[in-house]
Amino acid sequence: MNAVVSWARRATLFVGFIFLYAPIVILAVMSFNASRLVSVWGGFSTKWYAALLENEQLLHSAKISLAAALTSATIATFLGLLAAISLTRFGRFRTRFLFFGAVHAPLVLPEVVLGLALLTCFVAFGVGRGFITLVIGHVTLTMCFTTVAILAALRDSDPALEEAAMDLGATPLGAFVRVALPQIAPAIVTAYLLAFTLSLDDLVIASFATGPGATTLPMRIYSQVRLGVSPQINAISTLLLALVAVALGLAALVSSRRARRDGQVVTSLARAPDNAS
Amino acid sequence: MRRAQRRRRMSVRRRLSLGERLVIAAPYLWIGAFFLAPMALIAKISVSQSVLARPPYRPIFEFSDSLADIWAKAQTFTFEAYRALVSDTLYLESYLSSLTIAAVSTLITLIIAYPFALAMARAPERLRPLLMGLAAAPFWTSFLIRVYAWIALLKDEGLINNALMALGLITAPLQMFATTGAVVVGIVYSYLPFMLLPLYAALERQDPSLREAAADLGASPAQAFLRVTLPLSREGVVAGALLVFIPAVGEFVIPDLLGGSETLMIGRTLWNDFFSNHDWPAASAAAIVLVAVLMIPLLLWERARLADEADAG
Repeated sequence: MNAVVSWARRATLFVGFIFLYAPIVILAVMSFNASRLVSVWGGFSTKWYAALLENEQLLHSAKISLAAALTSATIATFLGLLAAISLTRFGRFRTRFLFFGAVHAPLVLPEVVLGLALLTCFVAFGVGRGFITLVIGHVTLTMCFTTVAILAALRDSDPALEEAAMDLGATPLGAFVRVALPQIAPAIVTAYLLAFTLSLDDLVIASFATGPGATTLPMRIYSQVRLGVSPQINAISTLLLALVAVALGLAALVSSRRARRDGQVVTSLARAPDNAS
Repeated sequence: MRRAQRRRRMSVRRRLSLGERLVIAAPYLWIGAFFLAPMALIAKISVSQSVLARPPYRPIFEFSDSLADIWAKAQTFTFEAYRALVSDTLYLESYLSSLTIAAVSTLITLIIAYPFALAMARAPERLRPLLMGLAAAPFWTSFLIRVYAWIALLKDEGLINNALMALGLITAPLQMFATTGAVVVGIVYSYLPFMLLPLYAALERQDPSLREAAADLGASPAQAFLRVTLPLSREGVVAGALLVFIPAVGEFVIPDLLGGSETLMIGRTLWNDFFSNHDWPAASAAAIVLVAVLMIPLLLWERARLADEADAG
């Protein structure tokens, strides 16, 4: 009985992960297909990658997307940190309900609605659309995610530690920077990466918020993809997937190292009484 | 009595100090200027008249308006755009078909994700972080690319049709691409991690001794599952279902890339009305209604959660 159950579980995991990863792997394999057709394997080739390097439009868009992601993630993380501090350290202040709701609302708002609202606003106030409005759109989209990520960490960190620092003469700012900030640093990094990837990936908000001259990579990919499968898009997709895979691999490595180091600290602490006796 | 209670509750709310105000000012101003104001603006445009101009609506209020002007102009409010929403079958069908597609996709995602999450939660403890990482990793990869990957699989000359024909199961390619079914597949695939993670979290923290107790009391594994495991994972099921259902209703990319021309979804209809037809009042009214529709499951969830907390307290 137990053997059957454990085999069923293994099979479920196997099928589940195949479903999650097969389409991505097939896409990556296809990017090395010399043939233009999906159904024909024309031999191994890296010519689509070479073609990418000559596609000025695509490279320009990639630069814009990268710049927008770096800028908007930085602003969104900073604003998210301030919002999370306000929600965890300021008690029940007067407009907390409104603030809480407005900060979290974009999480559940369809992107089409947020994009439409932003574009309407830019047009109504005569703001020319371009890189700056693109960044504004992405900060508004990602700020709720950074707030939530940092909020969870700030809730876990004990305010009593900061109070102790202040009793010992630290200013509120000094106490926060030297006591709370080191504790929530991993959450801030996660928030930044989350905002960065969301911005890099976003199509809908960008289509509404950006203007001519600031076409993002997803917008270029999208307009190509609407025309059908394209080997060059396979190649750039594979590059982006590889980038994420490497970043995730590094993150996993760092966190497992840290876990091991912390584990050693814990075990050495646990052994300390033995050594003393 | 009640007023006294309210006053006491109000008195708990406090004013912010100057330093605190400086901290909260930046995020407050940002969401005020780039979220609340734009939302208020589309609410306003939704009751304006559609005109052929840029911007394509007749503004209602100006900053220079006096109170009398505002009152006079308020008479020109038009609910034309909302009336059109109800009478124009395109919108009504889009809403209904979005809700149906999202509901069906959510159900299928749940059916696939539950055994998957259960297998992850019952895997050996040292393997769990790895499995969890593998399940969450697609979340970090591009949504657009993951949807795009399915085009090569679903097309008439795509890999699935080729494989089926090579196996001799079909003689002519199945029409899978550009159908509503393809949209459902796309949603299930793209949102699976959103369902997996809350389910896994709910199942993983269940105490195995509860199942052992059920077994000791004579429950078969199936009974133990139905009467212990499943009810205890309710929170994860609800959270996962909301995380899939809500974004799926307003989805644009998936129906546009995988759906056919007959696949109506509100996100796509809205997009077309805005960019192709330049009917801003209609698109704004549709957006406002969409937000209102999506608030319903969230409010129900919040109420259920508060009721649970009251029970627990």
